[in-house]
Amino acid sequence: METLERIVLAHRFFAGFEAELGALVAGCARNLRFTPGQYLFHADEDVNQIYLIRHGVVALEIAPPGRAPVMFATEGEGDILGTSWLVPPYRWRFDARAVGLVRAIGLDAQCLRAKCEADHHLGYEMMKRFLPELSARLDQTRLQMLDVYGTAKP
Amino acid sequence: MKAAPLRPAPYRVRRIKRELHGVTTLELVPAQGAVPAFEPGQFNMLYAFGVGEAAISISGDPAQADCLTHTVREMGAISTALAQAHPGTMLGVRGPFGTAWPTRAAEGLDVVLIAGGLGLAPLRPAILRLLAARPLYGRLILLYGARSPNELLYRHELEHWRQRLDVDIHVTVDYADAGWHGNVGVVPRLIPRLGLDAQNTLAMVCGPEVMMRFCGAALHDAGVAMDRIHLSMERNMKCALGLCGHCQFGADFICKTGAVMRYDQVAQRLRLREI
Repeated sequence: METLERIVLAHRFFAGFEAELGALVAGCARNLRFTPGQYLFHADEDVNQIYLIRHGVVALEIAPPGRAPVMFATEGEGDILGTSWLVPPYRWRFDARAVGLVRAIGLDAQCLRAKCEADHHLGYEMMKRFLPELSARLDQTRLQMLDVYGTAKP
Repeated sequence: MKAAPLRPAPYRVRRIKRELHGVTTLELVPAQGAVPAFEPGQFNMLYAFGVGEAAISISGDPAQADCLTHTVREMGAISTALAQAHPGTMLGVRGPFGTAWPTRAAEGLDVVLIAGGLGLAPLRPAILRLLAARPLYGRLILLYGARSPNELLYRHELEHWRQRLDVDIHVTVDYADAGWHGNVGVVPRLIPRLGLDAQNTLAMVCGPEVMMRFCGAALHDAGVAMDRIHLSMERNMKCALGLCGHCQFGADFICKTGAVMRYDQVAQRLRLREI
């Protein structure tokens, strides 16, 4: 567990995290490995885990009915997947596929929610890290929606 | 200034290359005389006879003295006439005009080049100059964003540059299918991941204005000084001599104080809807 704790705290997302809280988070962690093409999860599945990506690239996809999946984002080393772990009903809204070999730390979402509920200091520290991620992704999505490279005039 | 700066010189289209749907690169040679020297970032006024004149950035190698190279996207009547020119077509050329990318000021520094969509064309002369004098610069990073993998400009050249070990190239697209192995997402998102030595970094950015606005902010957030961030502005240019005022951008005429301008000069104006 000590090794996992070190790995968790070394991830960009947990930079500067208190060691004591890091030990609590690491208690919900496990090492994961995905082969190229393997899906980390599919849309509508329960959010059982948050993924701290340590190596490789994960493609986020939405598959419109009858059409090929559309890749709308990629996440790589230092990124986190699973911002909806705190949002009921805790379901994925898209698919996530390993583009190449992916190594990640999986944080058990239920375990983490319970610890955050029991220790609001941990919960607040987690919120302080997740909210900027959510905000940044919202900004990026807005920019993506503008279709800035499109040739059509407004 | 030339004796007759409003009179276009006749040039012949020597070669064309269809880059993308509606995007063509033209190689132009003068009917007489030599090709004028230009600096990366400058533009020419290209005249499609009988249709009109448009400002088009020079996209060729500044070290190649025998022709002018321009990449044109079909947007309106003039650019469509230019992009649909064929070898042998005569066009009018006035220029070069405008300010240049600070390739000399960047010597000794890390350089981040950021292009969006067709914005790679005005940056290409700077990229070629930097690569030709590679030992003069520190880290060289190219970030390029496009709508989809099918809309990447100069794709073969990007692959060629990528094979060099002395330049970091990161390409990202807004959307892709499963066959794409690169990044998906907006260009500004790549900037915090670069691990820039901000005190020793100079940036050159060219693309849609909203993209440049967000890239300028992301570079500044990463610690790059505002006066070391350079953007290529675009407005409707007519005379290109600072006389007619069509390209006015606040207190500046883009044709004279641009197209390449420092971020500290334009950052506030980028947020104004009225200009």
